[in-house]
Amino acid sequence: MRVSALTRRLAVIFMGLALVFLYAPILTNFVFSLNSDRFPTIPLGGFTLEWYRLILADALVIDAFKNTIKIALIVAPIATAMGFAAAYADYRFNFIGKRLVLIFALMPPLIPLVVIGLAMLAYLSRIGLSGTLPAIVVSHIVLTSPFAMAIIRLRFSQIDGDLEFAAQNLGASNWRAFWEVIIPATKTSILAAFLLCMAVSFDEYAVTWFVGGLEETSSVRILSFLQSAVSPRINAIGSITFITSITLILGAQILVLRRLTRGNS
Amino acid sequence: MNSLSEIKLARSVAPSELERPMSHAHISLRNIRKTYGDAVAVENLNLDIEEGKFVAIMGPSGCGKSTMLRMLAGLEDVTGGDIQREGQRINELSIWERDMPMVWQSLALFPFLTVRENVEFGLRMKGVGKAKRKTRALDWLQKLGLEGYADRGIDQLSGGQRQRVALARCLVTEPSVLLLDEPLSALDAHLSVQMQGELKRLQRELGITFVYVTHSHSEAFSMADTVVIMNQGRIEQAGGPEDIYLRPATPFVARFLGGSSIFDCKARRLKTGEMVLEGPDGRFKCTGSELADLDEGQQVSLIVRADQISVTAKAGWAENEVAARVVGEEFIGALVNLRLETAAGTAITVQLQQRDMQALDIEVGATVTASWHPEDGHIING
Repeated sequence: MRVSALTRRLAVIFMGLALVFLYAPILTNFVFSLNSDRFPTIPLGGFTLEWYRLILADALVIDAFKNTIKIALIVAPIATAMGFAAAYADYRFNFIGKRLVLIFALMPPLIPLVVIGLAMLAYLSRIGLSGTLPAIVVSHIVLTSPFAMAIIRLRFSQIDGDLEFAAQNLGASNWRAFWEVIIPATKTSILAAFLLCMAVSFDEYAVTWFVGGLEETSSVRILSFLQSAVSPRINAIGSITFITSITLILGAQILVLRRLTRGNS
Repeated sequence: MNSLSEIKLARSVAPSELERPMSHAHISLRNIRKTYGDAVAVENLNLDIEEGKFVAIMGPSGCGKSTMLRMLAGLEDVTGGDIQREGQRINELSIWERDMPMVWQSLALFPFLTVRENVEFGLRMKGVGKAKRKTRALDWLQKLGLEGYADRGIDQLSGGQRQRVALARCLVTEPSVLLLDEPLSALDAHLSVQMQGELKRLQRELGITFVYVTHSHSEAFSMADTVVIMNQGRIEQAGGPEDIYLRPATPFVARFLGGSSIFDCKARRLKTGEMVLEGPDGRFKCTGSELADLDEGQQVSLIVRADQISVTAKAGWAENEVAARVVGEEFIGALVNLRLETAAGTAITVQLQQRDMQALDIEVGATVTASWHPEDGHIING
């Protein structure tokens, strides 16, 4: 499209402002986590790692981080496997009611978290799981597997529908064709889905707060901090959480965008 | 790049036609039926494919030609009937046990493998050792003019090169049958014509049975030993290309091939004892042997090829004449396709030389007389 120099310049300025609007709060958060003042004010005080030292000495925070990692490491493989199974079923098979199954499989992230949190709590307490780590794990699998499915489905939509049959036609049995063709063709998206599931699990706090009871993850810990007192420690723990999630998400993005093909030019 | 024409023979030269036993059916389809729920895709299909022949299966989309190929490959179950290979029923063999490699319409090359790895795939599945795989793959890449591309990725090749990789991937296992599902449809016209010649040469040199599905007349008629024309899940006609061209067995085949005019007629015996054909366009004489088998009043179609019809400005010169209006003309090089329509609505196609057309000096809308010799009419039941 042809646009005048002025329009182009205005568009760039607008985009810049939009990005500033999105990222300035996070940057502020990061800056104040390294600032020695008790309250977030300008001008800044001195540079300090005191707040990081404080949270790393806090047993509650450490426990919350341990829980977060434990949960993410259990949730990500299970959710990725489930998402993969759903995406593969969609790629390979046609059956009556397939659209309906797909809609239900992709729905959980679209349901308001309060609703899903309450529903999870009601159900999990009935089977005696509420307030435990498995309760959080189950809820996170429900919330993250649709993301895994969406990412892996995207890759399936890019690969030739005859690929697996072509392998069988050349003498590969059902399983062999699956391992020789389906897995190599989708492996980057599987890894991307894995990272994204970890990131979603890492960030999730609403449902976790509902079903977790006394068990806390790092995001729930931030919530508790906010409720009790304003402290620069929130900035520190927030920065750690942000850096972790953004790393996972960027990793997932890079894998999703990577080419399917190989070979030397 | 080398062309397929420079291929050195991989196996011994195919035995000549004379040395081969007559009508040796390599693959037989017996009463094949295929339904999807209530929809019938293929019905009562019987076909013998001779060893080492190039068989082209063609028909309009939805005629069942691809379904038939997929049943051969084992991608679809047959609902009824038998598929036999050298007399053995292979219905129950799974895809990977059939050993009938296929060149896919989409090519279905593995994008995450290099060219050589793609070609090696079939050998690897058969458990051929690494060194041997490599030698054979490189050998075939060279035969198909792809030396130097072995380590490329699939997306770094042109359309024609991918086509060759797909062929090499199938041929490297030295199968006795190759299935091809509209393999040239993705290529541009020029490349497609070039590949047609190369495919035919390859098939003849290797002596492999080719089962080639296409919707393109030129592909089928230029390459095949046997052309099978399908319509609505049934075989309308199977035979040599020339045979089908000269003697279409059904009105559908005549219409599908195009270039012929079709007159609906009834057989009538005159008082003189002579049998003629009579229809809304008039009374026509015919000399074909088919005439003897006709009964009085029998419904037939009279087929006359476009190159056998003459056009004159005046009537009364020939035995079979019909007046028609000129509705269109297409210039194809030195030839002109003249489209006429009779008062009864029958479409007539006439092929003329450019200079004859000029000599006639007619325009669209003019009324002319179309005529043909009695021996050039071809009679079809129905």
